[in-house]
Amino acid sequence: MKKWQDNKGWLFILPVLLIVAFSAIVPLMTVVNYSIQDIFGPGQRVFVGTEWFREVLTDQRLHEALWRQLLFSGLVLLIEMPLGVGIALLMPAKKGFGASLVLVLLALPLLIPWNVIGTIWIIFTRPDIGLMGAAINTLGLTFDHTANGLHAWITLMLMEVWHWTPLVALLAYAGLQSISPAYYQAARIDGASAWSIFRYIQLPKMRGVLTIALLLRFMDSFLIYAEPFVLTGGGPGNTTTFLSIYLVKIAVGQFDLGPAGAFSLIYFLIVLLFCYLFYQALLNVGKGEES
Amino acid sequence: MKKKYIALTVYLFLIMLPIYWMLNMSLRTNADIMARLVFFPTDITFDNYIKIFTEPAWYSGYINSIIYVALNTAICLVTALPAAYAFSRYSFIGDKHVFFWLLTNRMAPAAVFLLPFFQLYSTFGLIDTHIAVALAHCLFNLPLTVWILEGFISGVPIEIDEMAFIDGYSFPKFFFRVFVHLIRSGIGVAAFFCFMFSWVELLFARTLTTTAAKPIAATMTRTVSASGLDWGLLAAAGILTIVPGALVIWFVRNYLAKGFALGRV
Repeated sequence: MKKWQDNKGWLFILPVLLIVAFSAIVPLMTVVNYSIQDIFGPGQRVFVGTEWFREVLTDQRLHEALWRQLLFSGLVLLIEMPLGVGIALLMPAKKGFGASLVLVLLALPLLIPWNVIGTIWIIFTRPDIGLMGAAINTLGLTFDHTANGLHAWITLMLMEVWHWTPLVALLAYAGLQSISPAYYQAARIDGASAWSIFRYIQLPKMRGVLTIALLLRFMDSFLIYAEPFVLTGGGPGNTTTFLSIYLVKIAVGQFDLGPAGAFSLIYFLIVLLFCYLFYQALLNVGKGEES
Repeated sequence: MKKKYIALTVYLFLIMLPIYWMLNMSLRTNADIMARLVFFPTDITFDNYIKIFTEPAWYSGYINSIIYVALNTAICLVTALPAAYAFSRYSFIGDKHVFFWLLTNRMAPAAVFLLPFFQLYSTFGLIDTHIAVALAHCLFNLPLTVWILEGFISGVPIEIDEMAFIDGYSFPKFFFRVFVHLIRSGIGVAAFFCFMFSWVELLFARTLTTTAAKPIAATMTRTVSASGLDWGLLAAAGILTIVPGALVIWFVRNYLAKGFALGRV
């Protein structure tokens, strides 16, 4: 697309830059400060160099939390991406009251405050008052996510899939809507099967939105905090202590600012790395479509 | 074709089930909830809702949440509109890098910024004010708003701008009289996403407030600490947090699919 060559653009983005700088750069520098100093109190701080980083990188519990987090994000993507695409394919293509209703119902879980999501699932899965918990126990199986680590994971995965699959579905649906009817007509003339329509028309056309869905789902599941905090509190034991929960435990619970700062920076860098890789992939996807 | 809709209906039913269960609880007394498990409640009571609407400690939480969400949406739209216009229309030194840097803030772990935010806002005396939460939420909402609006603005051909300037429109006149109307669905979608992410966020909102600007989601922990758990009250408060979102989404339903595709969210 044609653009005007003009550095006046900087003036236009100045307000945004100022606000984001205020709430991003200043806090980030504070975190850097924490991570290289030992702070005893106001005015009493010692430069410790990379000590905190070394401490954090050799922290066994951090490693466990990281693997747990990667497993969680991986499972989330494996389940939510195909399921979301499948649901998008089921959605009515024509506009009308039915399509609107489906859209609104589908998007509803996305608009519930994250800790209320946790509350909903506590109420839903409790063995005494919850529909799901009681139903499973009636079947003769004991199900208790507060005592059994595996059950806690199953409940968390169910909650996560329930909560975020609609986002993937909405994005995929938007991708499907942008496909010109001419493609379908051509496919019908050629007598293409439903599978080859999906494989050779719909899937390539959805590549852009699906990359975005993948990016958003990876990031948000990697940063998950409020829902597991409310539902399981990181337990039983440490079985659902994810990175954010562990970080808040160090920073706010134990008030170990040094290790927490170092941990934060490493955490941020991991996310940034993935973000950059996805962004590059996204740009290449865009190029592929133009040619 | 029939099979498709049956599968979709089953999925929507499963989505609604946990929400329905909370609605069910919110219409019953705590004693009734603990005593038996019923799918269709018989003795419906609105006591839980009445309590929330009459006790200031409860309903002020909703007012606080709505105030900071509205503030956040306003700040985001006003500052992001010119920025998105610049990213779409001008090519300037470092534009792509700045755009990417903005997006990285959307991906910043909120937990990382918790303590620094508290320190920073204390220094400025902003703790426990609505504007503090609104500003903090700009961290992830502003990049998103710029991203969405940039997509919509790029959907309008640049020739329209050039034509308007040839016709003698001054820039402000063109921008506010003509351009804003051209991208009004984009503004609607962006406002929706601002509302959504600001409404559901709790970590910042809880950390930066104590009493005067406390969000409803934080107020909800009250039922847990009180004598035992009042499940009915908790459920009623939860149901009421869903209502604003459901209302907003109904208004933007026609732009939603378009917004996702065009806005490259």
